[in-house]
Amino acid sequence: MIIILTSKSIGNNDKGTLTTSSTKKRRDGRDFDELRPLKIEAGVLERADGSAYLEIGDNKVLAAVYGPRELHVRRLLKPNMAILRCRYNMAPFSVEDRKRPGPDRRSVEISKLTAEALNPAVFLEKFPRSTIDVFIEVLQAEGGTRCAGITAASVALADAGIPMRDMVAACAAGKSDGQVIMDLSEWEDKEGEADLPIAMMPRTGDITLLQMDGHLTSDEFEQALDLAIKGCQIIGEEQKNAIKNRYGD
Amino acid sequence: MLLVEDKQIVVPGEILAEGDYHSGRGTFKEEEKVCSSLVGLVAVRDKKISVIPLQSKYIPKRGDVVIGEITDIRFSMWNLDINSPYSGILPAAEVFGKEKRELNRAFDVGDVLFLRVVDVDEVKKVKLGLKGRGLGKFRGGILIHITPTKVPRLIGKKGSMINMIKDQTRCEVVVGQNGIVWVKGKPEMERVVQKVVKTIEEEAHTSGLTDRIRDMLMELLEEGTEKTETEETSKKEEEDFKEELIQ
Repeated sequence: MIIILTSKSIGNNDKGTLTTSSTKKRRDGRDFDELRPLKIEAGVLERADGSAYLEIGDNKVLAAVYGPRELHVRRLLKPNMAILRCRYNMAPFSVEDRKRPGPDRRSVEISKLTAEALNPAVFLEKFPRSTIDVFIEVLQAEGGTRCAGITAASVALADAGIPMRDMVAACAAGKSDGQVIMDLSEWEDKEGEADLPIAMMPRTGDITLLQMDGHLTSDEFEQALDLAIKGCQIIGEEQKNAIKNRYGD
Repeated sequence: MLLVEDKQIVVPGEILAEGDYHSGRGTFKEEEKVCSSLVGLVAVRDKKISVIPLQSKYIPKRGDVVIGEITDIRFSMWNLDINSPYSGILPAAEVFGKEKRELNRAFDVGDVLFLRVVDVDEVKKVKLGLKGRGLGKFRGGILIHITPTKVPRLIGKKGSMINMIKDQTRCEVVVGQNGIVWVKGKPEMERVVQKVVKTIEEEAHTSGLTDRIRDMLMELLEEGTEKTETEETSKKEEEDFKEELIQ
């Protein structure tokens, strides 16, 4: 198992491309366009076909992929392609107040949108009448777990040897304390004005997930989207490094 | 314009070449660019670029020989697990001909068979057969699972790798295209083969593997003989110690 760490280089950027009203430091000392420390490791589980472990800030996420494998639920079977099923689950100990175990409204929603975010990237037509199952377990949560989950799931899919058009990277942007910022922490998400998580394929630039809650003016939205895309591009590079590191390159 | 080197590790979505290149296995073409769709090693042949996957599932192909385990007995056929997204069927007619007999007399659930893929149809129904040399039921031995893409590496050029393993350990070894390996021999030799096969799987993408595996085999075999010796000596010591205690 090889571990890669990046955090230093992310902060250095040309501030001329993006204009913000102020450049004050954030609560955790980050710049407005700085990611939390990111670590991705591929192939951590022995029994799954593919797996990945991801840490971003204090988030800890584990993703496992099984398949393509035989599908026994006949009504879900598609004769011309595989289906992609996702399950996002938070461990009871992942949050401050113990979460009741089992699926809830939120995790059902995130499971669905994770599957939809990954779907366009996978060549499902190569495995007709089968299923690919993705399991995402959040071990520790600190804001932005859906993005962390999608990023980890994509690395696990590649590790399982499933053909894909591109990796899928996800990153959030938003507005907190009157400032448009990249990669919101839990505090910034709760106390902030807006949250905009996106998932995209870094090579093609296709956005496969875009959600927003809170209020942003159209100018702020453009800024936030640019920041989120930039975040995805950095995360995409890290995903590639994680896979290459697994094979000692 | 080629953007990668031969045998370089690539990831899904990585651009391999632009312009006048053809896309081979494990790649696809988008806007005049050849991209990788897998994690694997690049193989460039003239103007054709392919990616050899490092990890994959077995997709049944007509003519392949595979190892399968019987999971179910139906009215006139057996269902088999062939380590693939598609399960296989073995029709009773393949075994008995026109004669009618009870199926569970021949093979029962849990039996491991060596089979040939007779046909794969449009709905991915995998028909298996037992007609051919060496095909049939295995008795005893152990099974080892590897990634199907690494099967050619395990066999080696004209069987160089697999024959070396067979000769050194005096085990019977059968490799199915679906990544299942059956080994039968002395129990300690079976363990040696298992270790060696797993190493080959892990290091399949490196060069000079056959020589390294030869060294590893030698080492393991020597270790095996040494271990029995040391065990004997330690047993002797123990007995001496006991005698001392009694005295």
